[in-house]
Amino acid sequence: MLAHSLFFYFFSTIAVFSAVMVIVSRNTVYSVFFLILVFVSVSILFIMIGAEFLGMIMLIIYVGAVAILFLFVVMMLNVTKQATKHSSRKGFINNVSVGLVVGAIIFLELLVVVGGWKYKGNFVPLSETYLNLDLSNTHALGNVLYTDYIHLFQIVGIILLVAMIGSISLTFSRRENIKKQNYFDQIEREKDSAISLVEVESGKGVKIDD
Amino acid sequence: MIEIGLGHYLSLASIIFVIGIIGIFLNRKNVIIILMSIELILLAVNINLVSFSIYLQNLVGQVFTMFVLTVAAAEAAVGLAIIVIYYKNRGSINVEHISSLKG
Repeated sequence: MLAHSLFFYFFSTIAVFSAVMVIVSRNTVYSVFFLILVFVSVSILFIMIGAEFLGMIMLIIYVGAVAILFLFVVMMLNVTKQATKHSSRKGFINNVSVGLVVGAIIFLELLVVVGGWKYKGNFVPLSETYLNLDLSNTHALGNVLYTDYIHLFQIVGIILLVAMIGSISLTFSRRENIKKQNYFDQIEREKDSAISLVEVESGKGVKIDD
Repeated sequence: MIEIGLGHYLSLASIIFVIGIIGIFLNRKNVIIILMSIELILLAVNINLVSFSIYLQNLVGQVFTMFVLTVAAAEAAVGLAIIVIYYKNRGSINVEHISSLKG
């Protein structure tokens, strides 16, 4: 139990520190790296708490896909140069007060929720899908996900498809003055439009009118 | 203090959530950091769902964590696409310059 608490404090300290560094770092690339560190530590916490499938999925999706996407966009847009060019401490100071006030209010609200936890009623089980400790986490999750939640699962697939089509059609740009093959023009071309037979009298040339 | 319970995980989640909220207000340099703050907020929600799922021995929280994860990935993709076309049009993603709507 001591080892568990030590690991928890270690990884949660890293997660909180990196989350702070994400928002205060001047360089956007460093922010992406600290975001990756947050995700890795939290996924380790998930694995420690017993949700190992979600921990691994978080590594794959967040670190492998989302953070890399952020990194690509940061590199494409050349925002690090912009950030250093436009970095004015004045705007930072102005926004610190508003951000801290809103953050403090939300934190107080969360504290009130935790305080009211003492007076909670009895839990009403919403469903009968309790953890079966004989099965592994992945097995149990698969049992529930593909049976009871199959419609939500398919809707999530539709969401991903819509996001994919949306982002492609947003960033798609038709390029002008580029030579491309036109298949229909090629197929529609027949002998009549391509070749014309002319009678040539001997001694005279052929006048090609074009 | 030694015994790690539900409260510890909820505290961690609330701290990360508040850091994400502050990050949205704090950052006026570029939109990408704001998107990262939104990712932090969704991460805090995921921590809450997973810790309650383990605490209540109920698997539904983990199923919903997967859905939140998927929606977060989709949101990041669309948001970054919007940022890319905005940068193509205006040549800057400084938040202070995004004021065409006068909001």
